[in-house]
Amino acid sequence: MSTEPAARPGVAVTVNGAARALVGAQPPVTALDWLRGLGLTGAKEGCAEGECGACAILLARPAPDASPAAPTAWTAINACLVPAAALAGQEVVTAEGLGAPDALHPVQRELAVRGGSQCGYCTPGFVCSMAAEFYRPGRGAFDHHALSGNLCRCTGYRPIIEAAEALVAPAADDPLAARTTAPPPSAPAHALPGWVRPGSLTEALARLGEPGAVAVAGSTDLGVEANLRGARPDLLVAIDRLDELRVLTVADEVVEIGAALTLSEVEARLAGRIPLLDAVFPQFASRLIRNGATFGGNLGTGSPIGDLLPALLALDADVVLVGPAGERTVPLTAFFTGYRRSVRQPGELIARVRIPLPLATTTAFHKIAKRRFDDISSVAVAFALDIVDGVVRGAAIGLGGVAATPIRATAAEHALAGAAWTPAGIAPAAAALAAAGTPLDDHRASASYRRAMLGQALPRLLAEQPGGRAS
Amino acid sequence: MSVGEARPHEAAALHVTGHALYTDDLALRASGVLHAHPVPAPHAHARVTRLEPAPAYEIAGVVRVLTAADVPGVNDSGTKHDEPLFPDEVMFHGQAVAWVLGETLEAARIGAAAVDVAYEALPSLVTVADAIAADSFQGARPTMARGDVAAGFAASTRVFEGVTELAGQEHFYLETHASFAQVDDDGQVFVQCSTQHPTETQEIVAHVLGLASHQVTVQCLRMGGGFGGKEMQPHGYAAIAALGATLTGRPVRVRLTRQQDLTMSGKRHGFHATWRVGFDADGRLQALDATLTSDGGWSLDLSEPVLSRALCHIDNAYWIPHVRVAGRIARTHTTSQTAFRGFGGPQGMLVIEDVLGRCAPALDLAPEELRRRNFYVEGQATPYGQPVRHAERLDRAWQQVLDTGEFTLRRKEIDRHNAGDPHRKRGLAITPVKFGISFNFTSFNQAGALVHVYKDGSVLINHGGTEMGQGLHTKMLQVAATALGLPIERVRLAPTRTDKVPNTSATAASSGADLNGAAVKDACDQILAWLGPVRDRLGDGAAWEEAVRAAYLDRIQLWAAGFYRTEGLSWDATTMTGTPFKYFAYGVAAAEVEVDGFSGAYDVRRVDIVHDVGDSLSPLVDLGQVEGGFLQGVGWLTLEDLRWDSSDGPGRGRLATQSASTYKLPSLSELPADLRVALLERATEDGVVYGSKAVGEPPLMLAFSVREALRDAVAAFGPPGVSVELASPATPEAVWWAIESVRG
Repeated sequence: MSTEPAARPGVAVTVNGAARALVGAQPPVTALDWLRGLGLTGAKEGCAEGECGACAILLARPAPDASPAAPTAWTAINACLVPAAALAGQEVVTAEGLGAPDALHPVQRELAVRGGSQCGYCTPGFVCSMAAEFYRPGRGAFDHHALSGNLCRCTGYRPIIEAAEALVAPAADDPLAARTTAPPPSAPAHALPGWVRPGSLTEALARLGEPGAVAVAGSTDLGVEANLRGARPDLLVAIDRLDELRVLTVADEVVEIGAALTLSEVEARLAGRIPLLDAVFPQFASRLIRNGATFGGNLGTGSPIGDLLPALLALDADVVLVGPAGERTVPLTAFFTGYRRSVRQPGELIARVRIPLPLATTTAFHKIAKRRFDDISSVAVAFALDIVDGVVRGAAIGLGGVAATPIRATAAEHALAGAAWTPAGIAPAAAALAAAGTPLDDHRASASYRRAMLGQALPRLLAEQPGGRAS
Repeated sequence: MSVGEARPHEAAALHVTGHALYTDDLALRASGVLHAHPVPAPHAHARVTRLEPAPAYEIAGVVRVLTAADVPGVNDSGTKHDEPLFPDEVMFHGQAVAWVLGETLEAARIGAAAVDVAYEALPSLVTVADAIAADSFQGARPTMARGDVAAGFAASTRVFEGVTELAGQEHFYLETHASFAQVDDDGQVFVQCSTQHPTETQEIVAHVLGLASHQVTVQCLRMGGGFGGKEMQPHGYAAIAALGATLTGRPVRVRLTRQQDLTMSGKRHGFHATWRVGFDADGRLQALDATLTSDGGWSLDLSEPVLSRALCHIDNAYWIPHVRVAGRIARTHTTSQTAFRGFGGPQGMLVIEDVLGRCAPALDLAPEELRRRNFYVEGQATPYGQPVRHAERLDRAWQQVLDTGEFTLRRKEIDRHNAGDPHRKRGLAITPVKFGISFNFTSFNQAGALVHVYKDGSVLINHGGTEMGQGLHTKMLQVAATALGLPIERVRLAPTRTDKVPNTSATAASSGADLNGAAVKDACDQILAWLGPVRDRLGDGAAWEEAVRAAYLDRIQLWAAGFYRTEGLSWDATTMTGTPFKYFAYGVAAAEVEVDGFSGAYDVRRVDIVHDVGDSLSPLVDLGQVEGGFLQGVGWLTLEDLRWDSSDGPGRGRLATQSASTYKLPSLSELPADLRVALLERATEDGVVYGSKAVGEPPLMLAFSVREALRDAVAAFGPPGVSVELASPATPEAVWWAIESVRG
């Protein structure tokens, strides 16, 4: 560690209100490792893959809804996944920074007095997730999903929920609440061995041309690869704060979503404009993950069970790629070429996703999983149907978990065209859907259960939306 | 008064601010620490034919490779001498055959991958079925019997038989196994360890190092959860850290990653049970003949006492006149299954609850009526011969749940709902818990404590129990404060250490507060007795501090070692008879669920619980144990799904669910929408510290109510009177197949 060059001026980190030099922060050191190395051992490694939330910390990030009144949001993330280098110039608050044993933060006090901690190991992470929701501007009732990425093995959660629901608004003189009304910290261009945050898209594309360079945004996939499978890329190129990749526009004929926007940001900025995506968001991993994971990252990883992907398929989305030679647009149906493979060339980035308008009248997202919060789908089915006067006029169905890539259920779509929205009318399409893909047996589900769930999807949708209403 | 007062956990303020330290946090605060990484075997069963450390030493930062040749004492990490610390025969996929110490964890990791190991693969048994087919068993094969089973069946009007299979469970304590070892100038080994059993950790470290116990000190500050998983399993990791520290002279840290922990550490035993059961015309149990086969994994570990407890709990709350239950432990090439909250009790009880749930429709009885009709009454004894004292408490709890839970009314509402909704069906069930408290093995039912009163009147207590989140230290502070008549702020508690209280039993069997609380109180009572004459002399108005000061000047001893042993216990492991338990803890739960007929997914809508904790020492702590235990049971029975690769491919024997993304424990989405918990009133337990009862394990089994409610809901998809077979865990997929089965 001693051989590392000192951090340049301007890339210090503010931790619990105090400036800290970013020393010993080159990959594969994670934000969690680095903070613990400072003696801030409240954040824990419970799973090293963003599933348990014991490592949760707060970052001052641009408010997801880009609100001018409160441009900064205290955003809880999994510190075990994020490279320490990504903290450069940022403001971090940990459980230690929120309060002290003799001066508890409101979140800490409610948890403590209600029996919200038993062994205490998960507790600092819960505190941070809960504090992020505590400081959310305009918060009404406490959103339980704010805690969907935190696991507790001791309490059974009841006292934790009660603590959350007992919270009132932050005090008028609460410094962290006040911080949300000032602009968020910028993400200054900087470099460390094995890490660069380029100042522009052009520079990013140039650096991505280097051998062994890998793009990183929220690091929710890359962090898992690093922690669990020892992935050690030569160079990480941070693209998550490039303005060119963070644009969201709604026009008459298309919605464009920047690839470096997090799911939380897209959720806030779309504000319900795309009901199918609204159905996906609360079922996509956890709030902690959605605060880091990006649209581009989900597409780039290209998992056959990435929950966003069946929905984007059903929405007939296009992918805009950008490379040294410029932009090109690829229909999502032609994007995936195999298991976690796509037409994206080395050195190319996903710039944005284009969703054509108008949207279908009837949409739904069926996620089959063992657990309702923060689980990986065994099967995911996304529907976008146009049902007019009881007849299906158009159908797009995206499937996850039933093939090497997310796929469209084209046979079922064809069978639905012109079909009556009745049990008899959908029967041929339901049978076609049951035969879609090539489901496998694995630890999440048997192939036969996956097939059964495909077969149930249309009857279920009909039962849920007999009139073909929008979801 | 402190005992009986609802208080937060004594470390709550430290927990919520991140100031509470755990073993690996301590290691981070030391300098010059070496990091340990295992060399895992990629086979379920194999012989190690070559182990060449040299390539690891070419990795920058690698300091030492630990192998069997380095062990100065006994190369074994268990108490049965069947757990080689460095094996030459690999017994499960992922078993460590060597460990690498590095200046950084990264160096150790890369070094471990560089160690040159060659294997000769051997045939493996991965499932219990494999082991039964191969006649592969280990340890004792006890039979518990009473009466004449043949006569019982002859007297039965209805006889059923079946098979019940139930899965194991990963502890998933949030803090993985962690040990941190240092050696002082005199060779004294000091191991800080996340262990429920510091004394046994000390003994194993000593025998691996070839030292006497007094040369090894083990401390456990606190654990980030234990649940039984740190009763016997930490010893090997502590021994690795201690061995590394003695060989290098530097502090050594072992902390497993979640994947390593899931891959290497033992779990709750899965069981396979065959049973035959007879009822009379009124639905009263007449005879039970069963064979329970547990999946012990690769070594014996705690499998024998776990099996004993399973046999001793197959009756749950029910009088069965004629019983014969045989038990055996399969040896498979998987992790060594171990203690887990309930310790076999849940598995035994699940068998009889499954039997009753499946047979009720054929007997044309509502399951709740079948269960209630078979409850023990005062004067009856368990199959192993222990009278069931306070059986009426179960009746009271049962009736309270029926009444406050509006069971009859809701049953009608549910029937109405189910008649009107073809796609979503609701189910309701009520189940009892009777759980024996004490270690089955009588000798373990002892405890020690050390209480110091300093000259300023402040009090420091030590006891032999460990804190894993269950609130034991909170209760011990309350006991000491109450015994001494002091405000709780005058009492502090020091970390559990083997050089303060020796020869302790594991903090296990729910007995931590019973045993250690009585020992703490004994020490306090001694001090009070010695102080008595001084206080008499000073008069009633004298403050505690004044009395203490006067006593010191009078040369009165102000510290005491307390001791406790549970009286009245006996157990004959050969005949499986005796009075192994001080008392029984009782509880009742009713659960309502709603099941989606399209997917098998379900919600738990409401749960009502009445649980018997005696006179609660610490009601907030006890409530937390009841709720937390219940949800952990719900996880075991409905969600948590351990899958080993049983294919013949190269991954055979590998745990397929070896990460948090593939092994799912309850999140807050599994919290019942409406959860109502009450502690049973008028429940003083004579002869236990302040009339209290143990609470750690019994509430886990309240979760049977959820499983039986799922069965009830599934049945609503079929014709009236259908018997439902439900796999365990009852995942959405399992529920779906059950629905498909009853739909016909």
